[in-house]
Amino acid sequence: MSTTKPTQKSYLYFPGCSLRATGKAYEESMLELFQRLEVPLEELDDWNCCGATSYMAIDEDSAFMLSARNLSLAHQAGGGRDLLAPCAACYLVLRKTQDYAQKYPSIGREVADSLKTAHLPAMNSVKVRHPLEMLYNDVGVEKLRGKVARHWHGGHIACYYGCQTVRPYSEVDKAYNPTRMDELLRAVGIPTVDYSLKTKCCGGSLTGTIHDVGIRLNYVLLKEAVRKGAQAIVTICPLCQFNLDTYQSEISKQTKEHFDIPVFYLTQLLGWAVGGDVDKLGLQRGVSGRKAIKDWMMSHEGVESYV
Amino acid sequence: MSNSNGTVRIGVYICHCGSNIGAVVNCPAVAEYAAGLPHVAVSRDYKYMCSDPGQELIIQDIREHKLDRVVVASCSPLLHEHTFREALAHAGLNSFFLQMVNIREHDSWVHSDHAAATAKAQDLVRAAVRRVVLHKPLERRQVDIDASVLVVGGGIAGIHAALTLANAGKKVYLVEREPSIGGHMAKFDKTFPTMDCAACILTPKMTQVRSHKNITLWTLSEVSQVSGYVGNYEVKVKRWPRYILEDACIGCQECIEACVFKQGKTEDEFNEKLSKRKPIYIPFPQAVPQMVLIDPDNCIQFKSGRCKKTCVEACGERKAIRFDQQEAIETIKVGAIILATGFKTFDAKRIPDYGYGVYPNVYTSLEVERLVNASGPTAGEIVLRDGSTPKAVGIIHCVGSRDERTNRHCSRVCCMYSLKLAHLIKEHTGAEVFNFYIDMRTPGKGFEEFYQQLLNEGVHMVRGRVAEVADWALDPSEEGKLVLRVEDTLAGFARRIPVDMVVLSVGLEPQEDADEVRRLFNISCSPGGFFLERHPKLAPVSTFTDGIFLAGCCQGPKDIPDTVAQAGAAAAEALALIDAGHVEMEPNTAHVIEEECSGCKTCLPMCPYSAITFKEEEHHAWINEVLCKGCGTCVAACPSGSIVQNLFEDEEIYEEIKGVLNYA
Repeated sequence: MSTTKPTQKSYLYFPGCSLRATGKAYEESMLELFQRLEVPLEELDDWNCCGATSYMAIDEDSAFMLSARNLSLAHQAGGGRDLLAPCAACYLVLRKTQDYAQKYPSIGREVADSLKTAHLPAMNSVKVRHPLEMLYNDVGVEKLRGKVARHWHGGHIACYYGCQTVRPYSEVDKAYNPTRMDELLRAVGIPTVDYSLKTKCCGGSLTGTIHDVGIRLNYVLLKEAVRKGAQAIVTICPLCQFNLDTYQSEISKQTKEHFDIPVFYLTQLLGWAVGGDVDKLGLQRGVSGRKAIKDWMMSHEGVESYV
Repeated sequence: MSNSNGTVRIGVYICHCGSNIGAVVNCPAVAEYAAGLPHVAVSRDYKYMCSDPGQELIIQDIREHKLDRVVVASCSPLLHEHTFREALAHAGLNSFFLQMVNIREHDSWVHSDHAAATAKAQDLVRAAVRRVVLHKPLERRQVDIDASVLVVGGGIAGIHAALTLANAGKKVYLVEREPSIGGHMAKFDKTFPTMDCAACILTPKMTQVRSHKNITLWTLSEVSQVSGYVGNYEVKVKRWPRYILEDACIGCQECIEACVFKQGKTEDEFNEKLSKRKPIYIPFPQAVPQMVLIDPDNCIQFKSGRCKKTCVEACGERKAIRFDQQEAIETIKVGAIILATGFKTFDAKRIPDYGYGVYPNVYTSLEVERLVNASGPTAGEIVLRDGSTPKAVGIIHCVGSRDERTNRHCSRVCCMYSLKLAHLIKEHTGAEVFNFYIDMRTPGKGFEEFYQQLLNEGVHMVRGRVAEVADWALDPSEEGKLVLRVEDTLAGFARRIPVDMVVLSVGLEPQEDADEVRRLFNISCSPGGFFLERHPKLAPVSTFTDGIFLAGCCQGPKDIPDTVAQAGAAAAEALALIDAGHVEMEPNTAHVIEEECSGCKTCLPMCPYSAITFKEEEHHAWINEVLCKGCGTCVAACPSGSIVQNLFEDEEIYEEIKGVLNYA
């Protein structure tokens, strides 16, 4: 509608451990996507572990402190910028720390005291955001549609949201029937299927601890996605992506059913659609569905700038 | 402020209320303290002041000690102010020379520190003693009662209340906003546990309403305004056009047949949107009044003005169809009002885990009532949306009941209607039926026996709250089915049960507009939103507004027998009120000191009861004490302080405040 563009809002970025390790493709594709969308991003200086999973389960207080330090640094970084946390576990623990510090005075006091001891400012006022919600609300479906530079000729996608981004806080999307990933993908011309397991458990770290249970949960997710006609799955969480991607051959062996489908990050598909450099989207890092990834996304440079 | 010899003599009574007060407040110490206060002639504590001996104590003291003021420290005045005022009157004292102190709800029930609670009781008693000295004698006034009754809502509750009153010879106005009376009960097929046909027992009562000489029935109508007071309510009723002349329509329904729409295109509300109806229609075959109506949103004549009007042709000489009918307002005077506005069922979409609105074969219980009903959309066949008969059916109890996320209350009827539906589904289709319940609640007459009968019929009972209804299959046996995932808490493991049809036993909720209705009639709601009764045990059909009574599910979920019993009780209460012929009005009303009123009119718009008028010639405000409810709003608003409220005069309130602060 309006042609005058407001100055693009900039964001602070909290990578967390996953996006520097198993979730490297998430970081690469997100940076490429945001560059294409001209969204300025600055990595939070001196960030530390977010405090998720094992910390939160074993020593909640320490988890809150770790998380609070990151929030405090973000506050210090200034500019009233929102803190973008792409990893679902990081997002949840940062959000939970803010919430609990406010809801339970004893936790709030403890966090405030420890920040004071470390000579850090209070952590309030920083808004923790997830890229899905940020893309949906700040960039918007229409802008993405306008930025499409490649035509999708690959298969249908099952959008898998996982649990941590939508519950218990439902700011990223609706708790039980989230639809924003579907909306964004359809806007850039990528078809999605109706996937009723979209917020069911991927097993989390159970694949490492109680392996059988973790494998079974992933089997159900894969099987249902295929049954619904999906030829790939897309996620917004490094752990979901890891579980669904890396165990397909093991699941195939166990169940005598053949699974070999790509498991993408949302930012890979969007980044590809808006014309991102295929070498910078981390597509080479996927374990399963290699042939599909190559056929759909890497060998059709010719269709690139059709707009 | 004193008796004949110039001194005031006060009696103070501290009630233990068994251990309710006595276990926390040191009652003898409070009585001893009160004995030392100025003007106190007698001070006592007693186990139950409200008992006969307790009241007798006051009466004797008034006579023997020539008391002229009484302070009772006990429970809320809401409970026993009337009791003690009567005791004063019995002893020949003006009953408004009483002041009550609430040391139960305001003290012993909310404090655990005994010493502090006792000190608080002493402070409150001191305040009352100083206040009561200034009390003036007041008289109640009598007002005549209009002998007619308004019943709002034409479900089984409203119908039963209206018939009871009309049979007793009272004039009744029955107002219903739907085009037919009958309410939810008219939609049901059978009624538990006797399996009486709902229509067979309801429709005779519906036609009685229509033909009763003492009942004026207004359908498609809604109460829009209520003014006045107990015994003399003035009510405005808005009547929407039916576009049919009621006196001319004979219910032949030839117009429906003749409508230019060959097939219905509009979702049929009565059939829970499971079928379509035409723009001219009758809600259901036994509708009362037995006449058609036109839905202007879907009628071509209303939308374009260019319909062939084949309905008018079919109606012929009777000329019952009137496209120009307008909304009308009727004004009536009644002595009492019975609210029987019913409930709405829980919106199953609010629990996305159960897939209502997502999977076509997930139904609500009310939809299944229509499916199983012979006059319903499938003529009594229980079939899925594709026309096939289900081989396995899962019924989920407590959908929107007993759930922290939605409603905390138990809806009371779902266990039994779920069993009833299980029986009917099994009988009609031979399907395997699974009931998923949290607890089976079958406390009514014949209910437990019915449950046993169902168990013998081979209905599967699974104790556990269903986690989700989903369409994902783990193995071929689940393909194309709806899978219920549930922890079977009796067997002790998680189960997956594939079925063809899921029935959600939706709970009962207050009507969408319950809060507006509450305000219209000036009554209160319970925390869940149902209308609040005056007392949960002892005044279950009364409200805090005199002359307004409750019947049926608007007060809380209940089954048909309980609803009918309550409707009868509400009718009896209304009868007792209007047969007395007059009511006594409380004298705690406000009045204007005419010499001091400046005529600024500030008070006029403040009065919620429209009791204040302005006398132009004399240039001052005037309060109709019959309309005044003693809320005190005008007293506080008057800039010149020239409005005074009986029992709440400034001096009395100041003295009470000084008393509680122990201020000289």
